[in-house]
Amino acid sequence: MESVLAIVIGGLYATGLYLMVRRSIVKMIFGLALLGNAANLLIFTVGRLTRGRPPYVPAGGTEPIPPVADPLPQALILTAIVIGFGVQAFALVLIKRVYQTVGTDDLDEMTTTDTEYRSN
Amino acid sequence: MKLLLFLPLIIPLATAVAGLFAWNRRELQRLLGVCGTTALLGAGVALLTVVQRQGVVSVQAGNWPAPFGITLVADLFSAVMVVVVGAMGLAVAVYSLASADIDHESLGYHPLMQVLLLGVCGSLLTGDLFNLYVWFEVMLIASFVLLALGGRRQQMEGAIKYVALNLIASAFFLAGIGILYGVAGTLNMADLARQLRAVPHGGTVPVIAALLFAAFGIKSAVFPLFFWLPASYHTPPVAVTTIFSALLTKVGVYVLVRIFTLIFVQEAEAGRTLILAAAGLTMVTGVLGAVAQHEMRRLLSFHIVSQIGYLVMGLGLLTPLALAGTIFFMVHVIAAKSALFLVAGIVKRLTGTTELAELGGLYEGRPLVAGLFLVPALALAGIPPLSGFWAKLALVRAGLGEGRYVVVAAALAVSILTLFSMTKIWAEAFWKDHPVREGEAHAQYHPHIPGGARLLLGVPALVLALATVAMGVGAEPLFRLSLTAADQLLNPDLYIAAVLGVKP
Repeated sequence: MESVLAIVIGGLYATGLYLMVRRSIVKMIFGLALLGNAANLLIFTVGRLTRGRPPYVPAGGTEPIPPVADPLPQALILTAIVIGFGVQAFALVLIKRVYQTVGTDDLDEMTTTDTEYRSN
Repeated sequence: MKLLLFLPLIIPLATAVAGLFAWNRRELQRLLGVCGTTALLGAGVALLTVVQRQGVVSVQAGNWPAPFGITLVADLFSAVMVVVVGAMGLAVAVYSLASADIDHESLGYHPLMQVLLLGVCGSLLTGDLFNLYVWFEVMLIASFVLLALGGRRQQMEGAIKYVALNLIASAFFLAGIGILYGVAGTLNMADLARQLRAVPHGGTVPVIAALLFAAFGIKSAVFPLFFWLPASYHTPPVAVTTIFSALLTKVGVYVLVRIFTLIFVQEAEAGRTLILAAAGLTMVTGVLGAVAQHEMRRLLSFHIVSQIGYLVMGLGLLTPLALAGTIFFMVHVIAAKSALFLVAGIVKRLTGTTELAELGGLYEGRPLVAGLFLVPALALAGIPPLSGFWAKLALVRAGLGEGRYVVVAAALAVSILTLFSMTKIWAEAFWKDHPVREGEAHAQYHPHIPGGARLLLGVPALVLALATVAMGVGAEPLFRLSLTAADQLLNPDLYIAAVLGVKP
């Protein structure tokens, strides 16, 4: 299972990076979203995969009987998903505004901040 | 005591929420902004006095014992930083009373500023790596919106670069956290420090350290990952640029210092040359970029990058004197740089432009503004007896003591170039005669700012400029504080004991 997930994570990182170096801002944001998902799966995988062993404390006991699945990576991923959702929602609205303001989604055309800017 | 650690988080949060309820009442929002930042400054000072008396203090959120819960920790370094954050928040809040326009204020400018301060204070006080990620994202999302508010073409282009680079950095950071959890099984910084010091590090931990160095290197604009900063920082209103330059990159440096003195101690030792090389190149490229600019705010943005090099230099040297130099430099550069940005805003208000070619005659017309610019500019260049001189002296002496002559030479050369570029602003904007344009009377060059607004714009800049004088003439107390803070940083035992309550 680990090896399958490792390949999936690698594929997501590769796809995300490929999209990020495209010139279109839409593809760039998609690439960022994939990077976030890849990072989440990475946390999930390196936190050790234990299947079918939820960390319940049995009746009358004080702690779960090992081996149990570690709940912490899942909690981290949940938090990261929520944050990622907020940030990506903002990024999507931003690229829409950028497209409206600049009139293109080509990053190579967005160079007015690098050149001498004259305010009228 | 316990409340004191929560206060720097509760105050901005409460102020932001109150500001949201006062959405359509601009006057009330402004009042809340000033009161909230004043309270934050007070809380910071109270926290600093407690930390000075008791050493490192920590508190467990929800009374979960460490390392299971979320820990808040304050040592001298983070307490000093919280005080600086409060002071800067207050300065910018007062400045905004006169500089913010109705478009920004109706879009929630004041509450957003508080959310930004909340994220910064959280990043400074948290003792848990994942919690640090959360606070960083809080800070980032507020900064994204502040950068894009108003939506001019320039801002939009700046924002897309800023957002993309910062999100990449966050993805690196998150990946580093994930692998670190896989290696150590904990994310509490004190617990990590305790576990990672006991074993010689194999292949994985240096990789994690490199990932995190890259992540925070991007966020703090260290060479070669700084291009997003000069592309975006000059686009929003001056008050926003000021708070960005004062806090955001500096929090990145703070985290670098924290993790490399606490968690990745072995990597910091091994990677000293690499960190120093990054520091030297950051200084040099930043200042060369600044020398080539002809617009005040862009020029100052490149100087942000250059000054980050000095901060990282102290981390690369890793001696008590060097880290004290970094801490002193941090306080100095935040004051000096912010004063310069605020003056740039005043110049823009007076003349309607910050293009050096179109400016002139300000020394004759507005001598006070000229003085307000000159003092922090000389402080930034490191002219004695101002604050920058002592900060650079400490770093240079530490560098010579370690035999790192190349980076010391770079630091000194960059100081001269800094002075040169400041001279350029001085000569162009203040000294030379105003370029006469067709059909303009001389009086139109410096329109009159009404008295109230003049005070609100001038006083924050004046206080910050005087702070650089005070830190220079009376450098002793702050420097002693910085040395104590540096000793704390180099003795992780104190931090670990404060959090876990055990002697490692």
